[in-house]
Amino acid sequence: MTATISPKRVSEAPSIRSNVRGYAERVRGGDMGALPAVFGLVVLCTIFAILRPSFLTAGNFANLFTQGAAVTVIAMGLVFVLLLGEIDLSAGFASGVCAAVLAILLSSQGLPWYVAVGAAILTGVVIGTGIGSIVAKLGIPSFVVTLAAFLAFQGLVLLLVKGGTIIAIRDETILAIANKNLPPALGWILLAVGVAGYAGLQLLRARKRAARELTADPVSLIAVRVGALALLGGLAVYFLNIERSRNAAVVSLAGVPLVVPIIVVLLLVLTFVLRRTAYGRHLYAVGGNVEAARRAGINVDRMKISAFVICSSMAAIGGVIAASRASSVDPNTGGSNVLLYAVGAAVIGGTSLFGGKGRVLDAILGGAVVAVIENGMGLMGYSSGVKFIVTGSVLLLAAVVDALSRKRAAATGLR
Amino acid sequence: MTPALELRGIDKSFGPVQVLHDVAFSAYAGEVTALVGDNGAGKSTLVKCVGGIHPIDSGEYFFDGRPVRIGSPRDAAELGIEIVYQDLALCDNLDIVQNMFLGREHRRGIVLDEDTMEAMAAKTLESLSVRTVKSIRQLVASLSGGQRQTVAIAKAVLWNSKVVILDEPTAALGVAQTAQVLELVRRLADQGLAVVLISHNMNDVFAVSDRIATLYLGRMAAQVKTSDVTHAQVVELITSGRSGDLGLTNGATV
Repeated sequence: MTATISPKRVSEAPSIRSNVRGYAERVRGGDMGALPAVFGLVVLCTIFAILRPSFLTAGNFANLFTQGAAVTVIAMGLVFVLLLGEIDLSAGFASGVCAAVLAILLSSQGLPWYVAVGAAILTGVVIGTGIGSIVAKLGIPSFVVTLAAFLAFQGLVLLLVKGGTIIAIRDETILAIANKNLPPALGWILLAVGVAGYAGLQLLRARKRAARELTADPVSLIAVRVGALALLGGLAVYFLNIERSRNAAVVSLAGVPLVVPIIVVLLLVLTFVLRRTAYGRHLYAVGGNVEAARRAGINVDRMKISAFVICSSMAAIGGVIAASRASSVDPNTGGSNVLLYAVGAAVIGGTSLFGGKGRVLDAILGGAVVAVIENGMGLMGYSSGVKFIVTGSVLLLAAVVDALSRKRAAATGLR
Repeated sequence: MTPALELRGIDKSFGPVQVLHDVAFSAYAGEVTALVGDNGAGKSTLVKCVGGIHPIDSGEYFFDGRPVRIGSPRDAAELGIEIVYQDLALCDNLDIVQNMFLGREHRRGIVLDEDTMEAMAAKTLESLSVRTVKSIRQLVASLSGGQRQTVAIAKAVLWNSKVVILDEPTAALGVAQTAQVLELVRRLADQGLAVVLISHNMNDVFAVSDRIATLYLGRMAAQVKTSDVTHAQVVELITSGRSGDLGLTNGATV
C-alpha cells in the first residue's frame, strides 16, 4: 500500500478494457485460474487433429463426452474436498461400490431404476459421512483415512460382485444415460434457453447493482460473455447434431449425448452452491484460513463432513454413469486410473491442492484435458502404458503449475 | 458516567496457576482505554475473559451497568463486544466484503445478498474514512498490513458494536501505517464506541488513549487518566507495579 491518502475509493467505471487488464494482472500475479487447462486443451487438440484427422470427426467428438463424463463428475465432487485442503483417494472405488449397489438392485432385485439410483447416491452419502466424520472428529489426515477406504472399497466391490463376475445392466433408462442422445432439435432448444437465461440473469444483476450505485458490469462486457457462450455452445451442438452413424438408414446416431445436459445441470447446481450460498462461502473460508473460519462461528467439522458427503455422492453419480457406459459393473469399476484421472482433472483445471481455490467448472475443463489425452493417444495407437505415463506427467505438470503460481503469488503479495 | 464495560474482582486460574487476581477494569463509551502490562501480565487472558473465550472463575461483569453472564464468544458478540485479535483472522482467498461478513452473511432465502453486503461494507469503510483500499472486492491477500488491520477493525464495527477491543493493532506495522491505524482507533472512540487498546508501545498509548490500565503480574496496578500520568510513571507501573503513590502495595490495589 502506498500510505499516502489516495483519492476516495478509486472506482473507475468498469469496461471491457479494465476487465481484461484486471485479468492480465491476476495472471501475472500467479492466479492462473483455468488458463493452463484451456491452453493445454487447445495445444492437445491441435496436435491430435494434425496427427490423426479422425480425432476431429463428429463421432469422436461425441465419444469424448461419454468417455470423460464419469471421471469429470467425480472430479466435480473432489473440488469440494480439495477446497478444504483435504483429499479423497477413495472416490474412485466409492463410485465402484455405488455402481455395484446400483447393478445389484437393478439385476438381482429387479427394482426400478430410480430406486436403484437413489440407493446408489444414498450409499455415497453414507460413505462420505463416514469418511468425513473420521477426518473431522478424530483428526486423522484425510490422505490416510481415504487411502484405507480406497483399499477397503476395492475389497467391498469384489465382495458385492461375488468375486469377479460381471453384473450386466439391462435397464433402458440407466443405459440411456451414457449411450443415448438428445433429439437434435431439443439440443438447440436447450442451448437457446441456456444462453437466454444466462443473458437475462447477467443483465438483471447489472441493472440491480447499477440501481444501488454499485459498480456493475457494462452491457458490452455482458454481450461479449453471452456471445462467447452462444458461439461455443452453438459450435458444440452443431457438431454433435451431425449424423455420426455409419449406416444412418438402419440406426440414426446424432444429437447431444445425454450426459452433457446432466453434467451442465450438475455444474449449475454446484456452482450456485459454491458462489451464491453461505455454505459455499464458508467452504472457501475454511480452506483459506481454518482459524478465521472458526472464529467467525463456522462449524468447521460440519463443513468437512459435508464436503466429503458431496464428494462421495458425486462419485456415486459418476459410478452410475460409468456403469451405464460399460453396460455392466465389474470388480474394476471405478478402479485403476479413475481416481487419479479425477484428481488430475480437478488439479489440471486449476483447483489448488492447498485448499481455498477452485471452481466446479475447473473440474470440467480438467476432465476435458484428461479425456482428450486418453482419446487422442488411443487413436494414435499408443498402449495404455504410454497413456498412463503421459497422464501422470500432465498431472505432475498441473501440480507444478499450482505450486509455482502459489509461490509467485506470495512473491507479488497476492496471496 | 456508567462504564460501557466494567469488571470487578475477576479471578482466573488455569489449573494451579492463578493468572488474574481480583482484577477490576472499566472501559467508557467515547474513550480509548489502553490496557498495558509486561509480557505475561495477563492482558490476553483478561481480554479472552471479556470476550467469553475463557469463563471467569469469580468476579462480576457489568455491561452498560447491568450485570451479565458471558459464557461463550457468542454471548459477548450479542452484547456488542468485538475483539480484533493480533493475528487478524482474515481469509486471504476471500475479498474484503466477504471477510467482513464472514459467518454473518446477509441472505435472501438461501441466496447470499451480495449487493446489500457490498453497500454496507462500503458505508462502514466510508464512515471510518478509509480511503486507502482500491476496491472492496479485492482479495485480502493483496492488502498491506495496515489495510488488513483496517479491514479487521471495520469488520468489528460493522455490527453496531459498543465495545471494540484491539489486541496490539500496530505491532507489525510501519510508521505511516501505524499513524493511520491510530487515527482510526481515535475515530472509533469519537463515534461513541468504547475502545480498548492493548499495546506495548508507549508512544501509541499516549497518542490516542484517554485512560490507561496497567496490569502487573495478574493484578490491576492502576487505572488512571492518561493526562494525569507521565510516560515514565506508566513504564514504572508496568515494570514494578507501582510508581509513587500509584500502584500496588503489598499485592493489593490502593
